[in-house]
Amino acid sequence: MKFEAVIGLEVHVQLDTKSKMFTRVPCGFGKPPNSLTDAVVLGLPGALPVMNREAIDKSIKVGLLLGCKIAPVCKWDRKNYFYPDMPKNYQITQFDQPICEGGEVEIELPGDSPAVMGEHRMVKLTRIHLEEDVGKLTHYENDSLVDYNRAGSPLLEIVSEPDMYSPEETFSFLTSLRNSLIYAGISSCDMEKGQLRCDANISVRPVGTKTLGTKVELKNLNTISGVKNGVEYEIKRQIKAIEEKEEIVQETRRWNPDQRYTTPMRSKEMAHDYRYFPDPDLMPVKIDQAWIDGIAKQVPEKPFDKQRRYMSELNLPYSITSALCPDFSLCQYFELVVSLTKDPKKVGNWVVNDLLRELSNANSETNPIAVEESPVTPQHLAELVDLIDKGVISNNVAKELFPEMFSSGKSASELVQEQGLEVKSDQGEIESICVRAIENDPDAAQKFRDGKEGAINALKGFVMKETRGQANPKVVDTMLRDLLSN
Amino acid sequence: MSNATIISKTAVELSRSLSEKELSSQEVAQAYLEQIDRVDPQVHAFLHRDDDDFLAQANASDKRRAEGNTLGPLDGIPVAIKDVISVQGQPLTAASKILENYISPYDATVIRKLKDAGAVIGGRLNLDEFAMGSSTENSAYGPTRNPWDFDRVPGGSSGGSSAAVASREAPLTLGSDTGGSIRQPASLCGVVGVKPTYGMVSRYGLAAFASSLDQIGPFSQTVEDAALLLETISGHDPLDSTSFPTEVPQYSAALRDPLTPCTLGLPKEFFGEGIDDEVRKAIDETIEFYKSLGHKIVEISLPTTDLAVPVYYVIATAEASSNLARYDGIRYTSRSEQSENAINVYAKSRGEGFGEEVKRRCILGAYGLSSGYYDAYYLKAQKTRTLIREDFSRVFKEVDVILTPTAPTPAFKFGEKSNDPISMYLSDIFTISTNLAGLPALSVPCGFTNSGLPIGMQLIGQAFEESSLLSIAHAYDREHRFGCQSPNI
Repeated sequence: MKFEAVIGLEVHVQLDTKSKMFTRVPCGFGKPPNSLTDAVVLGLPGALPVMNREAIDKSIKVGLLLGCKIAPVCKWDRKNYFYPDMPKNYQITQFDQPICEGGEVEIELPGDSPAVMGEHRMVKLTRIHLEEDVGKLTHYENDSLVDYNRAGSPLLEIVSEPDMYSPEETFSFLTSLRNSLIYAGISSCDMEKGQLRCDANISVRPVGTKTLGTKVELKNLNTISGVKNGVEYEIKRQIKAIEEKEEIVQETRRWNPDQRYTTPMRSKEMAHDYRYFPDPDLMPVKIDQAWIDGIAKQVPEKPFDKQRRYMSELNLPYSITSALCPDFSLCQYFELVVSLTKDPKKVGNWVVNDLLRELSNANSETNPIAVEESPVTPQHLAELVDLIDKGVISNNVAKELFPEMFSSGKSASELVQEQGLEVKSDQGEIESICVRAIENDPDAAQKFRDGKEGAINALKGFVMKETRGQANPKVVDTMLRDLLSN
Repeated sequence: MSNATIISKTAVELSRSLSEKELSSQEVAQAYLEQIDRVDPQVHAFLHRDDDDFLAQANASDKRRAEGNTLGPLDGIPVAIKDVISVQGQPLTAASKILENYISPYDATVIRKLKDAGAVIGGRLNLDEFAMGSSTENSAYGPTRNPWDFDRVPGGSSGGSSAAVASREAPLTLGSDTGGSIRQPASLCGVVGVKPTYGMVSRYGLAAFASSLDQIGPFSQTVEDAALLLETISGHDPLDSTSFPTEVPQYSAALRDPLTPCTLGLPKEFFGEGIDDEVRKAIDETIEFYKSLGHKIVEISLPTTDLAVPVYYVIATAEASSNLARYDGIRYTSRSEQSENAINVYAKSRGEGFGEEVKRRCILGAYGLSSGYYDAYYLKAQKTRTLIREDFSRVFKEVDVILTPTAPTPAFKFGEKSNDPISMYLSDIFTISTNLAGLPALSVPCGFTNSGLPIGMQLIGQAFEESSLLSIAHAYDREHRFGCQSPNI
């Protein structure tokens, strides 16, 4: 019997807001433990939550970006359970009226080769709701410590339908979702900082059947590749279990990324009764059309829409767009250079090949470097492309120049001047080198004179070598032909 | 001026004496400290005092006055605080063992407003643990006694706040009212107590019992004093999402305006069985008084009245079960010595830290919210709450205020109801429905029983109509001033 997997994801995204979800304390990462707290965050007696409008704005923006229906009222519920990472022992969340419903995420499956666009498909979303994040526990041998810096940060939970059927699709879904969220300035989506976290609901069923199998919830998927690997393992585990006539139990399992297997965490019977009820401390807030319209103006072009536009309007090949478009900053950089020059394709090549290479070489874990911080500014790259177009430098020189521009932060024209790299078109100087070329290789000269056209290349190579590639190839060609015809 | 004279004064009288320089705030503070020293060993209204801080505030007030920078009529007047309202640097126990060692690091909004008005913030007043109760017998630190009869309860949950005013340990106090916790003790102690409209006074800094019902309000000898304190603590607060964005009328100024004839409604459901004869008689006399002033009295009906107590005990306990979850032994609450693992930290710390009534209500509330029971209890109670609200809206098309007894009986004896939760719950039968409807209501002393126990009448007003409610109450109070009579202690 052949089996297929059915996968749904629950993605938690920390919103990039100035202050926390229900108080004025700033959000932040890497600050001294418990320094980003106040009476509200710590749940002191008498503290009350007040809604952060920026978090609602951003949630509406995500909803519009992903084609969701925006709720007419933003309503809050309490989810009650005891856990030391949660100061109030209830979480303020949205239970029966999420801020967004429906919507979809466009995904691209791998193509036949990196240069070929793969199949695109829409993955349906169930809902998106807003809630407050919890703190962070660290366990020691005899004690546990808790840091409430993260507690109360606005957290968006994006729930997909069980609408993915392979680990590759979950990978594409997460990648696409993350790109979209970064595009819209919702979150930095840094999984290492816990800004994007993911649980997966996985079941398998015989191919051709419609009913869903017993689902298992998989937790601790902390990286995008962890999601892919964890889901892949869990699917195999379930199929093997069914083939060995074992029953799949509805449970929550944990992915152990180092040992690469999943282990049970808790069964369905151990599930909490969260005793949800509307939070009496927070009045429901009406979201009217004017509010939505205001946000709609800020919703950016989606990554795949941009990619299609680059291909159709700018005639960029798929391979360039697929490297550019997932990265919003890179696209901004690219568009700025294009606006200063004329040839999108050439610019695209420079950005995708040379800029990305230098950025990745310069990148280190301790000192990551963003596109915006590139020492080669968009103006610098535009000038470099111009210098080639105008014939001031050759393409080869430019290729060698780029790393120097990156490491020195100097513009191409500065470096050309410093190093005397302009293309040499000086007739006298080139003529003397051409004469030497003919003297140096009389055989090649004779062969050309005898009608062997290709023999001229050896002579040209000599000239270019002597001039370190700076001689204008057209001038060299004309000069050699003149000299050889005499 | 003798200390006995000072402490007999109302806040308005004290304010006048201060501004006429007959008295200093220092003298006022000293007089009250002396009275507390004298009577509180028996009354036990106070859970905590910080005399140095109290006198320093009084001193600062005198200094402002000397420099001509007085902040208003409350400048230099002591206000003692129910021990559920946060005052920076002071303990907040909510009369619970679980908060034994907690010091609040911030001021509640009402406290900030009082400090801005120059009031001298006094000690921490006793209550039923987490404001759950009607007798102050549920305090983990021992009950407060009724100053009119030490064998009787002062009412609750704000029993310390009512007893402190009645025994002249403070001219003004703050309490909180979730189902009658200001009005019932005011009635049992013979003082004025006001529960404002829900949303009129910020709850920021009030340790929550039931968030959708709780309101902070004043206690005083007279309606005039209550108006002064209420207008100081009222107003929209951006730190409380449930606070209502409205201008605060100058209640005390409005009291001076002549009162136009109005209609008082007597809900027939409130005048049935179970009302003490002497209470009945006192209420009849107030009705006659209002008639003599030219006001119209009509009988009305609030058919949902008998649903209020059951609805209240589902909603209030549900909210409480969640609100009190934060007291868990992890951060600022007392941790059980027996807690060898996380579950035990919760179970034992809460088991040891909470009293019986608090545990009873947390369990009751959690049950009403649990899956499978939510629709039958919590949701149904919320729907019924809407009906109760609608009942009042309909009635208020005909009448300006509703007049009822505040409590069915005068102060009862210690132990009389403490083993029978239902009979204790029923002592709030006249006060609970106004919290469910979010309406303002107050209790004004309206006489004494033959044995000398105070009796209170309740006036219920329309939402955000505190001004007319206080004016109507004042029309009675200024002629009777039962709250100015002191117990012989």
